[in-house]
Amino acid sequence: MNKEELITSLKEIVKPYIKDENNFEHLTEETDFLKDLKINSANLVDVILDIENAFNIVIDNESMEKMLTVKAAMEIITTKLKEK
Amino acid sequence: MNNRVVITGLGVAAPNGVGISAFTTAIKNGVSGISYHKELENLNFSCCIGGIPEVTEAMKLQYFTPLQLRNFNSSGILYGCIAGVDAWKDAGLHITTTDTPDWDSGTVFGTAVSGVDKFREAIYKLDDKKVKSLGSTAVLQTMASGISAYLSGMLGLGNLVTTNSSACSTGTEAILMGFERIQSGRAKRMLVGGCSDHGPYLWGGFDAMRVITYKHNDSPEKASRPMSATASGFVPGSGAGALLLESLSSALERGAKIYGEVLGGAVNAGGQRGDGTMTAPNSIAVQRCIKTAVENAGITADEIDLINGHLTATSKDAAEINNWSTALNRTGKNFPYIHSLKSMIGHCLGAAGAIESVAAVLGLKEGFIFPSINCEDLHPEIAGIIDPEKIPQKLIENDKLQTIAKASFGFGDVNACIIFRKYNQ
Repeated sequence: MNKEELITSLKEIVKPYIKDENNFEHLTEETDFLKDLKINSANLVDVILDIENAFNIVIDNESMEKMLTVKAAMEIITTKLKEK
Repeated sequence: MNNRVVITGLGVAAPNGVGISAFTTAIKNGVSGISYHKELENLNFSCCIGGIPEVTEAMKLQYFTPLQLRNFNSSGILYGCIAGVDAWKDAGLHITTTDTPDWDSGTVFGTAVSGVDKFREAIYKLDDKKVKSLGSTAVLQTMASGISAYLSGMLGLGNLVTTNSSACSTGTEAILMGFERIQSGRAKRMLVGGCSDHGPYLWGGFDAMRVITYKHNDSPEKASRPMSATASGFVPGSGAGALLLESLSSALERGAKIYGEVLGGAVNAGGQRGDGTMTAPNSIAVQRCIKTAVENAGITADEIDLINGHLTATSKDAAEINNWSTALNRTGKNFPYIHSLKSMIGHCLGAAGAIESVAAVLGLKEGFIFPSINCEDLHPEIAGIIDPEKIPQKLIENDKLQTIAKASFGFGDVNACIIFRKYNQ
């Protein structure tokens, strides 16, 4: 999976949770889930569950704490996919 | 000086009608909301019938965002939000979109048990060692105060936001708690009511206790028989009722329509002493609760035109009639009219008092007494206390209706009684 494909999948996953449509439309690697997309912090665990299901990976607590931006999420997903 | 408290909005999700208009038509026509449920039979229930409000997916989206509906599995919260938001809008109030909550509005929205299906779902995952997969929704949908929390978020409430719980008297108690808050000047508006889940995981315990009827699986609409000689236990129901209570001055200031006035009421308990137990009411306490309610309302017992009873269709109905008769000191033809909404919707548990109060207030406003169905074979003990004509089997249009007493009693030997009156300047 290349970067573009990964961003597209991630965008699809976070879509139900976002509160800022404009920042979502212009989502980049630098986009912050909480600050830019205004995702309710309680919903972050749901986003991560959805990522786990979509990519069939397991995200440990330490990785989870780092997953606050699109970039961090992409890195963790890529690492976990490689470990499989 | 105490504030007068009026009702300016109503909302309901009942087994025989969701929304005030559908519900009004149903109760006037004696339409039963009880139906057979295969799921209950598959689980070996003795009682395979129940009352469940009909809510479509499209209706859910009128109250909840798609995000709120993700992994949503709490029917009580669903019904409570429909009734609560409807009551708010019915009162002509708008939903604030600013950052500031409405400091003058709060809610006391009760439930007896909430989120059982969600809890079940969570427990299966936990036992499967998948605690992480509960996500963020398990707590919010299973906490007792889930319903008041959801409503507060939808409406932006900034006053008292809480959930009360007192078994089957929950709904009526909630109304009185909200009433007192406005009466004492600590809030201008209180959204009050109660909600209850549907389904086997809530109703199972009652099936096991043999307090629900197993004799009418083939005739669901005839099953709920309050005051009948052939009453054989209650029928489980579900749903929610909501009333928007408001100080009279606030209502007048807004030019709001006024459905009626809450004159007062009382709550008490029998302490499981005397003939009171965990599951049976102490008659002395019930009578005392009714008498105190009348006293607190500043009326005399003779002023009561109609009683909206608790009357569940168990062997306790005759005892309840006797308690009313003793407390009000009225018998035979001198007894007020009395009816039971449970004859149409079953016993909606934590929501019962709220849905039944909505029905009472509608009758007061529009001048009708809904029929108490399924009691054509009146219990002889009841006929010995009050004139059978006082139990309307058909709709009575009566614009002279002024004062209604509504009571609910619950497990734990707890009681609540409230007095509604037509609004007179």
